[in-house]
Amino acid sequence: MSQTVDITLNVNGEARQVSVAPTLSALNMVREMLDLTGAKMACGEGECGACTIIVDGQSVNSCLMFAVELDGRNVTTIEGLQSPEGLDPIQQAFVDHGAIQCGYCTPGMIMQTKQLLAEIPNPTDDQIRRGLEGNVCRCTGYTKIFDAIHDVASRTSS
Amino acid sequence: MVDSIQKETLIGKAITKPDAPDKAVGRTRYINDMVLPRMLHAKIKRTDRPHAKILRIDTSKAEALAGVQAIVTADDTPMLGIGVNKDNPPLKKDKVCSIRDEIAAVAAESEEIALKAVALIEVEYEDLPGLFDPVEALKEGALQIHDDKPGNVGLSYETKHGDIVAAEAESDFVLDEHYKVHYVTHVCMGPSCVIADFDTDGKLTMHTQTQYPYNYKMDLAPALEVHPGDVRVMQPPVGGAFGSKLDVYPFEPIAVYLAKKTRRPVKLTFSREEEFIASPTRQPAQFHIRAGVKKDGTLTFRDIDAVLNNGGYTSWGATTPYVMMRTFTGHYRVPNVEFKSVAAYTNNPYAGSFRGYGNVQATYVTATVMDKLAEAVGMDPIAFRLHNAQEAGEVTPQGSKLGECALGECIEVAAEKTNFLARYNENAAEQDTPGRYKNGIGIATSFHNAGGAKIHKSDGCGTVVMLDDYARATVISGASEIGQGIDAVLTQVVAEELGIPVKDVTIVNNDSAIGPWDVGVHASRTTFIAGNSAKRAARKARDRILEVASKQANVEADDLDLRGGHIVQANNGVPVVKLDKMLRGLHFAGEDAELIITTDYYEPPSEHEGDNHVGDMSAAYAHGAYIAEVIVDTYTGNVNLHKLTAVQDVGRVVNKLGIEGQMEGGIAFGIGYGLSEEMIIEEGIVKNPSFRDYKMVTPPEMPEIELHFIENVDAEGPFGAKGISELPTIIPAPAIANAVYNAIGIRFNNPPITPEKVVRALMEKAGTMVAAE
Repeated sequence: MSQTVDITLNVNGEARQVSVAPTLSALNMVREMLDLTGAKMACGEGECGACTIIVDGQSVNSCLMFAVELDGRNVTTIEGLQSPEGLDPIQQAFVDHGAIQCGYCTPGMIMQTKQLLAEIPNPTDDQIRRGLEGNVCRCTGYTKIFDAIHDVASRTSS
Repeated sequence: MVDSIQKETLIGKAITKPDAPDKAVGRTRYINDMVLPRMLHAKIKRTDRPHAKILRIDTSKAEALAGVQAIVTADDTPMLGIGVNKDNPPLKKDKVCSIRDEIAAVAAESEEIALKAVALIEVEYEDLPGLFDPVEALKEGALQIHDDKPGNVGLSYETKHGDIVAAEAESDFVLDEHYKVHYVTHVCMGPSCVIADFDTDGKLTMHTQTQYPYNYKMDLAPALEVHPGDVRVMQPPVGGAFGSKLDVYPFEPIAVYLAKKTRRPVKLTFSREEEFIASPTRQPAQFHIRAGVKKDGTLTFRDIDAVLNNGGYTSWGATTPYVMMRTFTGHYRVPNVEFKSVAAYTNNPYAGSFRGYGNVQATYVTATVMDKLAEAVGMDPIAFRLHNAQEAGEVTPQGSKLGECALGECIEVAAEKTNFLARYNENAAEQDTPGRYKNGIGIATSFHNAGGAKIHKSDGCGTVVMLDDYARATVISGASEIGQGIDAVLTQVVAEELGIPVKDVTIVNNDSAIGPWDVGVHASRTTFIAGNSAKRAARKARDRILEVASKQANVEADDLDLRGGHIVQANNGVPVVKLDKMLRGLHFAGEDAELIITTDYYEPPSEHEGDNHVGDMSAAYAHGAYIAEVIVDTYTGNVNLHKLTAVQDVGRVVNKLGIEGQMEGGIAFGIGYGLSEEMIIEEGIVKNPSFRDYKMVTPPEMPEIELHFIENVDAEGPFGAKGISELPTIIPAPAIANAVYNAIGIRFNNPPITPEKVVRALMEKAGTMVAAE
């Protein structure tokens, strides 16, 4: 058996302790050990953004990060956006605008949108496009994703 | 009780997808997320040789690795072929014919162990000369790839109409051109994945991404020597399909062999690199076209020879001429057409079905040829197209009855919305003036089957509608949800018929043990065929409800309607009884008790093709006219597509959000085909198997999209709708090519139009090529 490392982290507001192999990716840790399967493995090379999570306020490709790097950090996954009152406004806007087809890229898109709007509350069209350039969607042609982001930004930033 | 309920239609409204909220919060369990108790993980040992004899396979080191539960090679299998020509044994025994070829597979306690084990499998080969060019493969004396395929012919097609010799004699101008269209691939965001699981009685459950669950059983079972009736197909949510899951591919029976050997569930998932190397592609092709025209702009004939690179084995790609020939015979009025195609076996990857199915390739040719012919006879691109556009009621030489043909209307609206002619002329005048950036505008049109495609003897779909005691409807449909949004459409159609809210409809369509038969999600057929079936099943439920209510209320059934969860008087909307109350009453009515459960099997009134490929193969056809606006950077060769206007004949919009989403997503595929996407394959080796090197459209490159829907209600479609989701994939690339010509006066017969090709062509045009080289 390979050696494991004990790490402590905060995930979606809850303290978690896990024992991980040093080579385990952050993505596989949240998916397999915490059963948070919202973040998706689509390339494993940091090229598509489907695995995007937020670590200490910064969006990251979790497939490129080791689980041990999350020791002592605050992690938000797609499962952490929803509150008991309902969906996060970004999630709701994606639903309402038809920005979701197969939905495999959606968790990553929404997490990256969260990051974008934290940095630029009311982005221009160009800023949205640049903000999402690391996220690939094969179904929607992005247009409805842009619509959803414009809509949520205009409602939450004013 | 409410006083009065007015009739409100849901058709044409924006309905959100019922599966969207779970997808937005990360709750959806895709097949890739599934874990079954005691499940093993499998990996495939693939060859890295495009063509070689297998001399020896040694799995002993892999078998010795802790955690490995089973290894299979061809010796463990019946060696029966899968695919369209049944030429593809899931595990290869004597030789490999392409680099994706499967040699062995491992099932282990973890994916990591399975990967390690695969690396320990030793294979000894004797390399054979490779055959990569389909034209070479068809030459006499070429080496033969499959023993039972003389001349390397995979599949060939031919159709002849009219007299092309006489038509050529009448022509004032004959264009003679060669085209070569390339390899692209689906790039589903969810990598290929399957879970095979046997129960104790030996019955097999397949958790799959398939988009054709019923014929899937028929295609899969022979490779396993299992009765197709003993296969249950479960369809968990999938991360995209786009045609890639319309056949059985070797990884699926391989997972079954491993599950059989271990008596444990076996999950097999592709890596992204594997997805690029070992998934189907779009069919690449070479076309030689001769096309004639008279001085007045009337098309006279088309003569097409197509050579398809079949690759090592045969999936649906080799059958795409079936659709190509409909385009060559039916895209504009052209009475004399000869089309011949041959798919030649080579040692390349092989193509499957892919959204647009042969029409992406064919329309790239026809839509750019139309531009060239217009110029040859000195007509503007709009007038030339309108002159040759079919009108309502016309029938193509292959027998496609165009019905309410909207081609001319699409062209006129597209030209008007973009002020096309003025800008086209302005750009053309600017072509040779100094300046780095050149504007271009281009139009392309196409037509495609929009009411299914009777490629099998049936093009049907079944539906069951059940109403419960609370007036909630469960709809069991044969149609698969692969992300495209059929669940929303079916919800809407049934809610419309039954006068209940969309939220009160549940769609069940993920289990072949309860679902009624359907051909599959392909050919833009699902809204049309499954929509009609659902509408008819719901209509039967509605009729029965009104019949019962008519007796109870002593009112004629025709004078009643279903609205807002009530049975109401049709003329004034005054409620007679609440629907749920009536249903409960019916359910608990003692000896007269009844449940409202209705079924329908809808077979569209289309024809299976006969000899010479003649027959009205679809119950409807749709046209579209798209206009691309580009700025070509003559220094870098970059083509900036900044706007695409799509005028699409849709019959009638059912779900506004859904159809817009299909349009925009399809357009992104079309743009990729025209400008950036290409699988680079050298001597059978895929050189760019990653997102980094395979250039899909990403957010910054997506142009502004302007959509216009032409709604001429189709007589047969559900609520007048046509199926259109392939056309947006088909039309953008030739529209872009025509726009690039308008900008710089250069034609590209070999998409994608990459910066490198543009710069090279500009240098050739300017005569500076030699200096630059």
